[in-house]
Amino acid sequence: MKTDLKAICQDIRCDVAESIGHLGVGHIGGCLSVVELLAVLYFREMRIDPAQPNMPGRDRFVCSKGHAGPAVYAALAERGYFDRSLLLTLNQGGTNLPSHCDCNRTPGVDMTTGSLGQGFSCAVGAALGAKLAKDGAIVYTLIGDGETQEGQIWEAAMFAAAKKLDNLIGFTDYNKLQIDGTVEEVNGIAPLAEKWAAFGWNVIDVEDGNDVEQVLAAVQHAKLGVGGGKPTMVLLNTVKGCGIHWVEELRSGNHNTNFTAEQAAAAVREIRGEA
Amino acid sequence: MEMRAIYAECLARLMEQDRRVVLLDADLAKASGTLGLRSRFPDRIFDCGIAEQNMASIAAGLSSYGFKPWIESFTPFATRRICDQIAISISYAKQNVKIVGTDPGICAELNGGTHMSMEDIGVLRSIPGVVIFEPVDGVQLRAAMPVLDAYEGPVYVRLFRKELPNVFGPDYRFDLFSADVLREGTDLSIFVSGMLTADALQAAERLAAEGISCDVVNVHTIKPIDRKTVVASAKKTGAVLTVENHNVIGGLHSAVLEALAKEKIPVFAVGVQDRFGEVGKLPYLREAMGLTVENMVRTAKEAVALK
Repeated sequence: MKTDLKAICQDIRCDVAESIGHLGVGHIGGCLSVVELLAVLYFREMRIDPAQPNMPGRDRFVCSKGHAGPAVYAALAERGYFDRSLLLTLNQGGTNLPSHCDCNRTPGVDMTTGSLGQGFSCAVGAALGAKLAKDGAIVYTLIGDGETQEGQIWEAAMFAAAKKLDNLIGFTDYNKLQIDGTVEEVNGIAPLAEKWAAFGWNVIDVEDGNDVEQVLAAVQHAKLGVGGGKPTMVLLNTVKGCGIHWVEELRSGNHNTNFTAEQAAAAVREIRGEA
Repeated sequence: MEMRAIYAECLARLMEQDRRVVLLDADLAKASGTLGLRSRFPDRIFDCGIAEQNMASIAAGLSSYGFKPWIESFTPFATRRICDQIAISISYAKQNVKIVGTDPGICAELNGGTHMSMEDIGVLRSIPGVVIFEPVDGVQLRAAMPVLDAYEGPVYVRLFRKELPNVFGPDYRFDLFSADVLREGTDLSIFVSGMLTADALQAAERLAAEGISCDVVNVHTIKPIDRKTVVASAKKTGAVLTVENHNVIGGLHSAVLEALAKEKIPVFAVGVQDRFGEVGKLPYLREAMGLTVENMVRTAKEAVALK
């Protein structure tokens, strides 16, 4: 298994660019913003075994912002759940790698997501299941900042705190952008740290969610909360489209955008620092 | 014995037998009859508060972890309020969640239109993978509960909460996917589910006195409908009446019409005529919605006259 997290992030980013570039269109912005988190979870912190994707007692990851599927697939392929060549089947008819995560199609995907808000509740249910099973599993889940506008998120937030699900570690991809504008313009969610704290969660604010060392430290810090009686939310201040300059500059326009194979090739050079 | 008491008793037995069975409710355990189970299974019953969407997806998450969750609420909040969660978290994700909706259709009585689901079967019938079961009496419910537990996949149980007259006797054998022929006849097939089944049998009795002989078939599972039994009965009699405590759009009537699409047979309906509910006690609501034995007899004759 590869261990250099920065190199792993580069590989995942390149895989995302190439798979979406092969197709010609995709949710590239919100995939690139969460790469560091996926690298830390799949290559450092989660108790998992790619040879046994359904291993009992494994840690779980529910990508509630299901449109980050291509980034999850890249991380899973890099980690050895399936062959990297499958990444080029992304979103093709009959693929096992659909745009949004599907636990019945993709080895390593722990829950089907895509209808925003629901995956977060499913992760709460899995954390409750881990408590009942007493297997010591930690459930990690990732929501989008726009997704935070869904009422179901706050229903789940209350429940997780009320049931003391300290084995639940959530992450918010706080890139401040959604499809129709900035999150604050569309339907403001600030102050996010105060909101989660008020809902009874531990809150860890990561200044740069695209700095893999900061993300690693935050996840390790969050794990210290297991057993403490409160779920934890890690706010990752990220850049939507991180790693490809012109995608970053599209701002809200990078949520789901055309992206050619030529642009992917150039992006790979930029990501590798060869441009 | 009330249907909810039978449901709770059967669920308790399932929970005793299998630690994977868990129950989630949304502040309506008292109404659903399961409040008394909490002290017996304190670690496996969860009140989610008034947050049905979260309850449905949490159940899906528990299922993904290998548990066998049941969720319960009043019918409209267990279906139309959470239909996306049932569609995506539960059925699309192939999770094994049982959904119990109580007080279907006019049974919500004094809670009125906001609490009356005339569309719940229609909403869920159009979601792939959801089995829809409406018990007719306590005998059938008792027989069904272990079968529902053993079935791997989402099932919606449309549960009348209070006491219902027994339609079946002690020798009843239940099959989730087979309709039950309660009475055999030659002139008309009456397909009925749930609380109106006893009334449909009364209507058949009245029609027999007037020389019209009826099949009465209890279609307890509306999806997947027992097409074989429905088609065989309809072809034998040549005329059909459907009877349901639900909108005539989307429910049993629609399911029977779909099953009989290739047959040249009149299919008439007694059911809610595409309108919302209102407050009232059952006798008033039956009259207001046309869910009476008299209307069944009248409509049955219209169907037979078209043969």
